[in-house]
Amino acid sequence: MPVRLDKPWQPLNEEAISLIAGHLGVYQLADASEEIVYIGVADARSLFGLKGELKKAMADPPAGATQFRVEVNMAYRTRHFELLQAYWSDHAALPKANTDVDTRSLGQLRPG
Amino acid sequence: MDLALTDEQRMIVDMVRRFVREEIQPLEETLDPDADEVSPEQLEALSAKVKEMGLYGLDTPPEYGGPEIDLVTRCLIAIECSQHRAGLYAPCYYAFGGARQAQLFEATDAQKEKYLYPMLEGKKRVFFGLSEPSGGSDPGRAIQTRAVRDGDHWVLNGTKLWISGADRADYGLLFARTGGPGRAGVTAFIVETAWEGFNVRRVVHTLRSAKYATEIQLEDLRVPHENILGEEGGGFAIANDRLSRQRVPYAAECIGVAIRAHEMATEYAKIRETFGAPLSHRQGIQWMLVENEIDLRQAKWMVLDAAAKADRGEPFRMESAIAKLVASEASGRVVDRSMQIHGGLGVAKDLPLERWYRELRIRRVGEGPSEVQKHVIARDILGAGLR
Repeated sequence: MPVRLDKPWQPLNEEAISLIAGHLGVYQLADASEEIVYIGVADARSLFGLKGELKKAMADPPAGATQFRVEVNMAYRTRHFELLQAYWSDHAALPKANTDVDTRSLGQLRPG
Repeated sequence: MDLALTDEQRMIVDMVRRFVREEIQPLEETLDPDADEVSPEQLEALSAKVKEMGLYGLDTPPEYGGPEIDLVTRCLIAIECSQHRAGLYAPCYYAFGGARQAQLFEATDAQKEKYLYPMLEGKKRVFFGLSEPSGGSDPGRAIQTRAVRDGDHWVLNGTKLWISGADRADYGLLFARTGGPGRAGVTAFIVETAWEGFNVRRVVHTLRSAKYATEIQLEDLRVPHENILGEEGGGFAIANDRLSRQRVPYAAECIGVAIRAHEMATEYAKIRETFGAPLSHRQGIQWMLVENEIDLRQAKWMVLDAAAKADRGEPFRMESAIAKLVASEASGRVVDRSMQIHGGLGVAKDLPLERWYRELRIRRVGEGPSEVQKHVIARDILGAGLR
C-alpha cells in the first residue's frame, strides 16, 4: 500500500457516489485541477461510512471540491493520520479545508 | 502466599476504579471507538485529577518525583487503568503520565538536563528504537543498524521497524551496532528526530489503532559521541532491563480488559433470553463464564506473584515471563468467549469487545512473543547453557 493515495479521481456526483458502499475508510477531495482540498475519514461514528461522508461533501463541497477518491480501510484512524502527515511533508501545510484537524496531533513523516 | 490487599492498596484501587468509571468511560462515549487520544486540554484536565490522587508519573522513580509505590501496587493500578475501551494501549489516555523511557534515568547529568527532565515534565516526547526488520525478540543478534565513529560523532545507517511514536517524538533511544556480532556489539544512542538523516518513512498499519508503529530510516545520521547512553557496547543491557521490568505491568493491563469483558458477558448472559430462558441458564454459557473466571484468577496470581518477587528483590525473570505468557494468552481467551456470549453484538463496534480482541492478539506478540517467553522459562529451568 503506497503511503500516498494514488487511485484515480472520480466526479463528486450522485452517480459516482452510488457505487460507493458504507465501509469505513479514508477519502480525499480535490478541486477541478486535482489539487487535494480535504483528507477525510469515515470512522465508526459515520452514518453509512464512506458513502455517508461523500454525500455530505457533495451537499456542501469544501473548498470547491469536485472530485473524490476513497480507500476502504479498517485501520482508518492510522491511515488518516498517515495521509495527513504525508500531505504535510509535501506541502508544509494541510489541505485548505482540513481546518477540522488539530495540527498538534500530527507527527512528522518523511515518506521520501 | 497472601494476595490480600493492604488498606493502602485497597484505597488506591478504589480511587483508580472510580476515576476510570466516572472520568474515562463517559469521556469515551464521545470518541470514535478506535480513538487512542484525547485533546491536550482534556488530557491536562485528566492529569490534574491524577496528580491530586498522587499517582502521576507511575513509572517515574520517587527521587524524580514519581509516586512511592511497589510493583504489586503498580500492577493493581494497571489492572484498573485498562478497564475501558482504549485501556489496553492507551490506559486512561495517558493521564497517569504515559510511558517513560526508564533508560534515561541511567543518563549522565548533562544528558538528564537535556533529555530526561523535559520528558518528565511532559514537555518532550520520546520513542524507543530497538526492533528492526531483521527481528525484535533477539536484539543482541538481530540489530543490523551500524554506527561508525567519525571524530566526535557517530554516523548511523539502518532501518528500524515497529517503533511507536517516532513520528511525534522530539528524541528517542536508538540501538545500533558499534562492534562485532552479539550483545557486546550494541550501543544505545540518544537521537533527536529533527536531525538530518532521521526519517520516519511510514506508519505501519496493524490490528491496533492506538499508538501506531512506524518505520524509520537512518541515512548518515550524525550523533555526537556525548549522546551515547551508558557505555559503548552496553546497549543490550539497557534494552534488556527495560524489557524485563515492563513485562509485569504489561501483563497486568491484559487482565484489566479481560476482567471488564468478563463482567460484561456475565451481565449480558443474565438479561439476554433465547428460547424462553436467559443465556445464563444454559450450561454451555455457564461453562464459558467458569473458564473465564479460572483464566482470570490464574493470570492475576501469576502477575502478582512476579511483582511480589521483584518487590522482595528476588530474581523474577522467569516469573515475569510466565506472567506475560499466561496473562496475554488467558485474556485473549476470556475476551473471545465474552464476544461469543454477546453474539452479533460482540463483534460490532458498538461494544469494546472487538477492539480488545484485536489488540489482545497483538499482546501475544508484543514485548516478546509467547514462544520467546517459553524460551526464557526453559532457559531458567534447564540452565544458562540453553542459549
